[in-house]
Amino acid sequence: MTETVYETALIAALRYGDESVFADLVDRHTPSMLRVARGYVPSHEIAEEVVQETWIALLKGIGRFEGRSSLRTWLFTVMINIAKARGVRERRDADTAIAAFTGGTVDPRLFRGPDEEWPGDWKNWKEYPRAFPETPENSVLADELTAVSRAELDRLPEKQRVVVTLRDMLGFDSSEVCDLLDISVANQRVLLHRGRAAVRLVLESYLGVGP
Amino acid sequence: MTCKELVELVTTYLDGALDADAHALFDAHLEYCDGCRNYLEQFRVTVRTVGSIRDDELDPAFRSRLLEAFKGFR
Repeated sequence: MTETVYETALIAALRYGDESVFADLVDRHTPSMLRVARGYVPSHEIAEEVVQETWIALLKGIGRFEGRSSLRTWLFTVMINIAKARGVRERRDADTAIAAFTGGTVDPRLFRGPDEEWPGDWKNWKEYPRAFPETPENSVLADELTAVSRAELDRLPEKQRVVVTLRDMLGFDSSEVCDLLDISVANQRVLLHRGRAAVRLVLESYLGVGP
Repeated sequence: MTCKELVELVTTYLDGALDADAHALFDAHLEYCDGCRNYLEQFRVTVRTVGSIRDDELDPAFRSRLLEAFKGFR
């Protein structure tokens, strides 16, 4: 609610041509917009063009912005549409391509085979998986883990990367992400889960608590 | 529910989207399985860690271009 009131005030200021308000909005949203746009287009330069077009679309439409969605959701919706219109990496069969994924996110060798006692359970549940060590916020180790997870996020397949970025890095909720990306809840969850599992694996390895 | 099945349901569980039966089985499994409890906690740490990633600073040249565009609309 407070956010909405705040945004209404921002929009009013923008309509009056307040450049400092525009600069604040640009600083707040542009880096994450670039990050997501990059998932759709083949170069950083094109991502910048897409983001610039989005800001211009906001300025053109500012008289009509009704505040029904948050400004951030509006920006990402418009931006993804512009990015798709550039057409470069869009695939209409997005959902089918996701559903075609099979196989688990954890190395099957870590589980007991069908002929063993307790098939499908951890091979050695007393020793694996182990807890991650405590990492206090702002500690050196916490910073290292952030860097490791960031590097892995950048390496994820693009659909996983976009979903994990929107959900876990930027804090969009599940239904917003489905609307933005035009994918089903189930497929969104598959992409999120695979992406998180990949990051978990590198953290485990970095922390030296792997199998 | 086996451990191998549970690890694929963690994201759905964290979203609160498992149906009531599966949710109960998941919770019951955690009661006796240290490995899966650790795995779930690792996933929570992973989500928090990704949430702590900050974006790069905006390239000043690009920022100026955007602010220039704004002037055109005043």
